[in-house]
This record gives sequence, structure tokens and C-alpha cells, in this order.
Amino acid sequence: MSQDIQTGLAEILEEVAGVAPADATPEKSFTEDLDVDSLSMVEIATAVEDKFGVAIPDDELGNIKTVGDAISYIQKNQG
Amino acid sequence: MTTIQLKQGAPGARILGLGGYRPRRRVTNDELAQTMDTSDEWIQARVGIAERRWASDDETLVEMAVAAGGKALAASGLDPDQVDLVIVASASLRAPIPGIGPQVAHRLGIPRPGAFDLNAGCAGFCYALGVASDAIRAGSARYALVVGAERLTDVTDLTDRSTAVIFADGAGAAVVGPADEPAIGPVVWGSDGDQHTAIEIAAGSSTMTMAGQAVYRWATTKLTDTLVEAMESAGVGPADIDVFAPHQANLRIVESMTKRLGFGEDTVVARDIVQSGNTSAASVPLALTALLESGEAKSGDLALVLGYGAGLTFAGQVLRLP
Repeated sequence: MSQDIQTGLAEILEEVAGVAPADATPEKSFTEDLDVDSLSMVEIATAVEDKFGVAIPDDELGNIKTVGDAISYIQKNQG
Repeated sequence: MTTIQLKQGAPGARILGLGGYRPRRRVTNDELAQTMDTSDEWIQARVGIAERRWASDDETLVEMAVAAGGKALAASGLDPDQVDLVIVASASLRAPIPGIGPQVAHRLGIPRPGAFDLNAGCAGFCYALGVASDAIRAGSARYALVVGAERLTDVTDLTDRSTAVIFADGAGAAVVGPADEPAIGPVVWGSDGDQHTAIEIAAGSSTMTMAGQAVYRWATTKLTDTLVEAMESAGVGPADIDVFAPHQANLRIVESMTKRLGFGEDTVVARDIVQSGNTSAASVPLALTALLESGEAKSGDLALVLGYGAGLTFAGQVLRLP
């Protein structure tokens, strides 16, 4: 389950921010390690909603620092 | 019972002339990097702006509106006394009494027109264009001057890198008149007032704040439908659009909208933000003027325009370039 989410998230990261899928591992920080800026985070949130049906509001988005945070958030909120 | 008589309006409306005014002073990213923690690379990556124009003291809102309006009038071929409606869209008037519409009209030699200001944030020009077009169709006006004018530097904290690198000054104008063949499509407008704090000058403050992520999300997800509706209500499709000129808020929003809409390969997309920054209600007419001056767009081209911003407000329409 979490592997599927990680794979899906890696696809989104590649599409939105040009991150190589192999780099999208749980411990990576979006801003520090993957060079994803605040607006790209919004695009990731939008794509996550389209792909997983999980909405990430702006106030939650600020708490998601790493790929692992995003995976947990999606897992927790997936219907 | 006495019947109230109505005036006969025109079958359609069209833009007869466009004009813009850009303040003299160019401010580059490198100049901003001298006074705040930012860089050309940072600004270009996030908003796509290379330089912007900041008004000097003598380039007041009225002066810029008059300059742009005068150019649009000259382009239209009309005499000032033929104009009977003047709308100035602005969100940066620091003293709102009186509105500047009557003064702009007076300075241009337009005698006693209906004149008022319209504040719909960065959507102001497209709102005003819709009002003017409908007034002409209803017979309330024959010829209208619509101006978008902003001095956002008056309401921006010029030491705050989150806003100072984005906002700028300028004015753009259009003269609108009657047409047998409609050349301005129905305005599709609306608002999301639940997000009224996303772009605001908070009570007691004199400068604007913007929730960048919230506005970015809203603009890139909610407004595609508005653009599609503007095209559908005018009876055209993405492949018919020669020029796409959305409000120049952020180059990444322009690119995102362009990607989602699926225009033809030849569609010219306005990217005036690169040279002008975000000039709010002035951005759409300034962008159209720039494309016509450079020859990238030509008279008769079908353009899709969209304004959106503080409120949050949005308005879009399809129009034929003069």
C-alpha cells in the first residue's frame, strides 16, 4: 500500500518538479533535498488530490516536509 | 398605465482602440537584490519576472490613466466628445473620495460622461469591459473608455520580498463602441468571497499581503472552468483562440492555464509579466497592447482574456482585437 503511494507520489514529483523517481525516497525533504518550492508544493497537492482523492489544504501542506510525511498523510486520509 | 420606454442599444460591442502607459523607471531583479534577500534566479524561478516598472512621483494614477486613455482614444479615431461613459478600474487608490473616473474624463476632454471607479482587484479591467460592453448593448452608452490603472508600489511594502518583487505600476485602456457584428463575447464573472483575506490590505495596515499558496492553488484549479465557460458562451473553442492574455500575476500560472486549456500551436500567449511584473487591473490591456506593438498579435485576432485577484474575483471574455 505505502509502496503504491510512494510510486504514485514519485510520478507526481517527476511530472511537477522534474525529480528523478529514484530520488523520491521517504526521508527526503521536499525543499531541502529535492529543490521543490512552495508553489510546486501546491501543484503536488493538486496532483495528489487528482491521483489519490486526498485533499491537502494549505494549512496541512505546511506540515508536510518530507516525502514520508506526504505518504503518511495520504495513507491516513485515503477513503 | 404609463409604460416605461427603453433605449435601443447596439447589437454588439467591440474594442475600437487600445493604449498603455508604462512608467519610465525600470527596476531589475538585480536592483531589488541589493536591498532585500533575493536574487534574479529566485524571482525568475518563482514568478517569472525579469524586470518591472515602478512609477515616479509625477506618474500618479490619474496621469497614467490619462496617458493610457489618450492613446486608446487616438487609436480608436474617436473625438473625446463622442465618449459618454468612463470606467477606471483600480484597487490602489489611496484616497477613494472622489473616485478618479470623472477627473480622468475631464483631463481627456470628455464632456460630462457617466464616470466611476470600479474595484474588482486584478479582475477590474475585465469586469469594467463587461460593464461597458453591456451598457453599449443596452443603450446606456454609445462609446465607453475603460481604463485599468494601478500604483501598487503605493500599497506594497517595498522591503518585503514576498510582494515587492511581484507588484508594479502602469495603466492600460480600451475604447469600446457599438458593432453590428459582436466583437466582445459575454463576460463570465464571479467571486469566491470566502477567500477575501487571501489578498488584502488588513485593517490598520497600509500595505498588501498575499497568501501566495492559496491564490496559486485557486488560480490554477478553479479558473480553468471560467476560461472554458467564456469560450463556450461566445461560441468558440480553444482552437479558435489566436491570443491568450490572462492577468499577469505569475508566469507559472500563465503556463499552467495554457497547458490545461489545449490551445492550437499557433496561439500566442501573453507573457508581459516578464517585463512588467504584476500590474493588477492594468495587466490585461498592457499585455494586449504589447502584443499588438510587437506584431505578435494583429488586428482581427480572437483573444481570450481573464482577470482575477483580490476578492477573490474573476472575469473573462472572448474579444476581437482592434
